Amino acid sequence: MTMTFIIDALVTVIGITTPILLAASGELVVEKSGVINLGVEGMMLVGTIAGFAVTFETGNPWLGILVATLAGAAAATIFAVLVLSLGANQVATGLALTIFGIGLSSLIGSNYVGIAIDPLESPFPDALANDSFWRVIFGHSPFVYFAILLVLAIGWFINKTRAGLVLRAVGENDLSAHSIGYPVIAIRYAAVAFGGAIAGIAGADFSMVISPLWAEQMTAGRGWIALALVVFAGWRAGRLLAGAYFFGVLMALELYAKASGHAIFPSQFWAAMPYLIAVIVLALISSRDGKDGKAPACLGKPFIPNG
Amino acid sequence: MRLRLEKRLEPSRAMLVLTPVLSVIAIMLLGIIIFDGLGYDGPQAVWELFFTPVLDVYKWRDVASKAAPLIIIALGLSLGNQAKIWNIGAEGQYILGAIGAAGVAFVTQSMTGFWIIPLMILVGMVLGAIYAAVPAVLRTRYGVSEVLSSLMFVYVSLQLLSYLITGPWKDPDGHNFPQTAQLTDAQLLPHELWDSGIPPGLLVALIGAVIFYIIVSRTVFGFSVRAIGEAPHAARYGGFSSNGIVWATLMISGAMAGLAGVLELMQLTRLNLGYPSGYGFTAIIVSLLGRSHPVGVFIAGIVLAITYVGGQVAQTFVHVPNATAGLFQALLLFAILASDLLVRYRIRISTTSPSTKGAHS
Repeated sequence: MTMTFIIDALVTVIGITTPILLAASGELVVEKSGVINLGVEGMMLVGTIAGFAVTFETGNPWLGILVATLAGAAAATIFAVLVLSLGANQVATGLALTIFGIGLSSLIGSNYVGIAIDPLESPFPDALANDSFWRVIFGHSPFVYFAILLVLAIGWFINKTRAGLVLRAVGENDLSAHSIGYPVIAIRYAAVAFGGAIAGIAGADFSMVISPLWAEQMTAGRGWIALALVVFAGWRAGRLLAGAYFFGVLMALELYAKASGHAIFPSQFWAAMPYLIAVIVLALISSRDGKDGKAPACLGKPFIPNG
Repeated sequence: MRLRLEKRLEPSRAMLVLTPVLSVIAIMLLGIIIFDGLGYDGPQAVWELFFTPVLDVYKWRDVASKAAPLIIIALGLSLGNQAKIWNIGAEGQYILGAIGAAGVAFVTQSMTGFWIIPLMILVGMVLGAIYAAVPAVLRTRYGVSEVLSSLMFVYVSLQLLSYLITGPWKDPDGHNFPQTAQLTDAQLLPHELWDSGIPPGLLVALIGAVIFYIIVSRTVFGFSVRAIGEAPHAARYGGFSSNGIVWATLMISGAMAGLAGVLELMQLTRLNLGYPSGYGFTAIIVSLLGRSHPVGVFIAGIVLAITYVGGQVAQTFVHVPNATAGLFQALLLFAILASDLLVRYRIRISTTSPSTKGAHS
């Protein structure tokens, strides 16, 4: 009984953590390049409808995920053109992208409300995936394993590869990177498109696994939690992974409090926690000396090569 | 022949005014194409979205009551925009304003008196300002970006609202609906002024626009806000405190958002889960579309309000989803952000060799 409860709880936490882990991993790469894209929620929503509609129409969930990825990247590219090529304000453009994603997904999705699809299931054999104990490891959708591998790969890329070093250089000092001869704008384009693609996958996780149907604004603000998570993690991949599951526990407590009326505190307390903790951590990091765990120096600033 | 961008020495004033107008027209044309592509009657959908609310006298009241909060919030934000201090948490400050007024209403439920309404407005504005002061403290003391912190606090305020209306402030006679008790007559402003159909908020917005015009163009404070935004180092050298401007712009915009929240509460007569409507975010579009100028903000607020009301009209008559209005607001913002390029640069068609390039820089 207790065992079942613990396993159920773990499965829930891992499930609801995955989309924010994905979206935050993508945004981490974007912010490391010195760009802040506040449109995560919008790109995720574009992913929800793209993944759902393509899976429903073709019956092929992998095609659904592929199209969700491309749709997320396409949405991010709109943002990239505006802020990187036309020099538009990043904050305003990111918010516009979220409003755009809400509107576009609602417009396309109005034809798909009330339809259900088969959720994407564990890639492992039934004997493991449905085992009363081993399902805690093997019983998840492919998104869960992909998200963990992805954030590890991103951590390795940023810290251990030459390309990752260039990415960081562009985010920390774009003028120097430019003067050494790195294509700052092209690198930022790639980072932003990558972040959008991953946000699209995070959205597909919502409409294909977490609740395999489509509803307006079904990501319910999780894109903002993903942004909070990047801040909470101090722009580091390792802490992003740990922080994601910590936020996942808070979200699970919120769900539990909602269902049972109370979990020590009311559900709203738990729901507000990720944002409050992110701000507190940000204040602690920012007031410390040194560079460790701080926002990339060029975050949100436009790149102006010669004055 | 090739196109070439040439940086203007001064932002083009003509383009500053012209580009928002061109953006609106471009989005109407784009809308016809999008709706046709999706299988709706494109021209009619765009007509309902943008023109029916203007031409139908019965829709004017709706437009005015939606425009009022947008204009009031955007006026406050426009100061910060000019100083390049980005309060994107106006939605949270707007909610805190409503919570403050609802708190006064909760305590004064069985009282009457002329002082109740001014007290609600005052508490709402103060709470909005305090809520915006938190990002100001974080920025001036700890160097935390106000963009991130003010945004995070929006989601905290949503949870606070939800807690209050499902818990301590829940209407005991509300059949268990998550909402506060209805405001009493002593807590409500008239729904419209002098039976003219003008909601009180619109008058507040108009007065606010005049006051902000005077602040920006006629006071030292207004000058220092612009100075900090355009040349922060020079302004600091000139003796203007940049921390002071951070505090002032954030708290003024918070107070304005709080004021809008109080007035909206009085329109809706109670707080419920539908109260947070995104006005605080849309107001960012309004302030940018209006070029952070009081007159521009006033016009932009009405244009955005038209898309809200038009969205409902188009939903009824052309059966497009209501969220379409949001899509158009986003496209409008995309267009206006993109067109900023035309303000700062001029496009030259050059037939000469690229060797003359660089002469302008």
